[in-house]
Amino acid sequence: MATPAVLTHPESLKRPAGPSEYAKHPVNTALSKKEKAALYTKMARIRHFEQRCIRIYQQGKIGGFLHLYVGQEAVAAGTISLLGKHDHLITGYRDHGHGLMVGMSMNECMAELTGKVTGCSQGKGGSMHYFAPDKNYWGGHGIVGGQAPLGTGLAYAVKYMGLKGSCLAYMGDGAVNQGAVHEAYNLAALWDLPIIFVVENNGYSMGTSQERSTAHPGCLAKRAEGYGMAWDVINGHDVYEVRAKTAEALKRAHEESKPTVLEIFTYRYYGHSMADPDKTYRDKEEIKEYRDQKDPVLLFEKELLAEKVLTAEQVQAINEAAMAEADEAAAFADASPDPTVADITKHIYWEEDNRGPKTTSRGTIIFE
Amino acid sequence: MPVISYREALRAAMREELKRDEKVVIMGEEVAQFNGAYKVTEGLLKEFGPKRIVDTPISEAGFIGLGIGASMLGIRPVMELMFWSFSYVAFDQIVNNAGNIRYMSGGLINCPIVIRGPANGGTNVGATHSHTPEAILASHPGIKVVCPATPYDAKGLLKAAIRDNDPVYVMENTILYNDKGEVPDEDYIVPLGVADVKRVGTDLTIVAHGRAVITSLKAAEILEQEHGVSVEVVDLRSIRPLDEETILASVRKTHRALLVEENKPFCGVDAQVAYLIQSKAFDELDAPIHRVSSIDAPQIYCKRLEDQQLPDVNRVVREALKVLA
Repeated sequence: MATPAVLTHPESLKRPAGPSEYAKHPVNTALSKKEKAALYTKMARIRHFEQRCIRIYQQGKIGGFLHLYVGQEAVAAGTISLLGKHDHLITGYRDHGHGLMVGMSMNECMAELTGKVTGCSQGKGGSMHYFAPDKNYWGGHGIVGGQAPLGTGLAYAVKYMGLKGSCLAYMGDGAVNQGAVHEAYNLAALWDLPIIFVVENNGYSMGTSQERSTAHPGCLAKRAEGYGMAWDVINGHDVYEVRAKTAEALKRAHEESKPTVLEIFTYRYYGHSMADPDKTYRDKEEIKEYRDQKDPVLLFEKELLAEKVLTAEQVQAINEAAMAEADEAAAFADASPDPTVADITKHIYWEEDNRGPKTTSRGTIIFE
Repeated sequence: MPVISYREALRAAMREELKRDEKVVIMGEEVAQFNGAYKVTEGLLKEFGPKRIVDTPISEAGFIGLGIGASMLGIRPVMELMFWSFSYVAFDQIVNNAGNIRYMSGGLINCPIVIRGPANGGTNVGATHSHTPEAILASHPGIKVVCPATPYDAKGLLKAAIRDNDPVYVMENTILYNDKGEVPDEDYIVPLGVADVKRVGTDLTIVAHGRAVITSLKAAEILEQEHGVSVEVVDLRSIRPLDEETILASVRKTHRALLVEENKPFCGVDAQVAYLIQSKAFDELDAPIHRVSSIDAPQIYCKRLEDQQLPDVNRVVREALKVLA
């Protein structure tokens, strides 16, 4: 019989949610009022973008899969708000929040969902495949855990070029059982790569709870010890805590070129994807409890109201503006054209799209 | 012109490209300290040091994926697979990530990665180590595949592959590593997608790639000496991109075609070549197209039988005579 798992949750998660214990952490006190307001605004924008997506999905305009980030906003917001010029990121298929955080526009994100040529990937990627390499965002990857080796490669490249940077490689709790993730862990530790593996633990790998999917489910981050890597657990409902603890991992990457595994406890309010009726594996009470007591956007809102960074009127204005922006993005997506049939065979090969005297390829490469 | 081996030609290509571009990195199992499982990378660690020549753990999904990620940021990794058979544990990285990311990003990202290593049967190592995945991989748009048959092509194709901005998978052959041929010292490339007429003839076109080219050239010699038949041998060199024009030009001249490959027959490269010929040169054909492939079974261990499982000279001659009948 398996030994019962010892739960290794962040200390702050063991108490009822209240004012953040990390508000006074230097990385948070260093934020100006304006920066704090901007951080809140970004979280609100993710929330309203995702909520707007639900309606568009229900109208039948979004195909494929739609994995929503609602409830997990503080993870992307907290981690990405710390990144600098040579810090890169890559994630799995629940990738909208990260995209909006790095500065992708709602328009290009929404148009991608509806398969329009004005989408970030010109309608070729869809919900699971957002990319913005100009903003150091390398996707958006559909296969669970498949992005982890790519992330180690980004970190390897940063180190190879002698830059003081890092890569944040995000994954869900379901990904920790994929072989590719363990191979990435081993390489990151073996070669001292400046990478942070961020496990966004929302408790369910699709419809299978952690207890039913993962040996020693008490702590996923602790698996880092098997590779001699540093690790930490974070309350993902508190954006200040996410920032404080991620900052330490970033310092480790920047100063020592060492990897870290961060397990960030979070929760998604909707099903695994919109195709998940969300009726079989958790009860409504559980969702309500998180919504009412641990909502990352509401908790940060309370924090900023108490800090007098924002007034109630400003909060309302920020949310209304985010909703309006999402509405406009929906209209933009609606009005945008589809890619053409000729577009189907573009962007397959760099050499084909850039044929000239310097390219090294000839011959037939797209077949009838 | 210097005469060097296929193995030395590959090494020369890597050495020249390592010198030309500091973003080029050689990575793989045993490539550095051990000097390469087949000594292809021998001496490179000593010459270029451990930053450029990197030993990896036995972890193909991990290190191939790492190379793909690094290539997205502009590094040009040349990854060695000890056997292309081992690519199967890295299939998600090789196909889903390297092959799709440019497309799925609407052209924002490209992967200038090279993965190279031997992909052949005939070495008495059993089915798991004898795969020839050129057709499987070339069937994925986004991926390029080349199969050099001679030292000259090995060097020129590998150099082109390293400079190419797309993922290029170079499939070598351990049985060819000691083959010698003329290879210029100076810089040259063999562009991808350009076939080579290795022997000029008038009566029959044999289309082949990889070691099947060498087998076909021997068969052509016998056909000429013993049967008075003039055979043209077209070496594809590159599977994707494919030089359709050279194949068609040869068939238009000889009006007969035999396709030879070391793959298994089902959905092999030559299934595509046969379709090409019938769709674009049907009226030129004086006889049905024939194929010679490996006998359709997992690769057998027993050496005496494995040699018969692969296309050999006798089988090529026999099948050629059927096309000529």
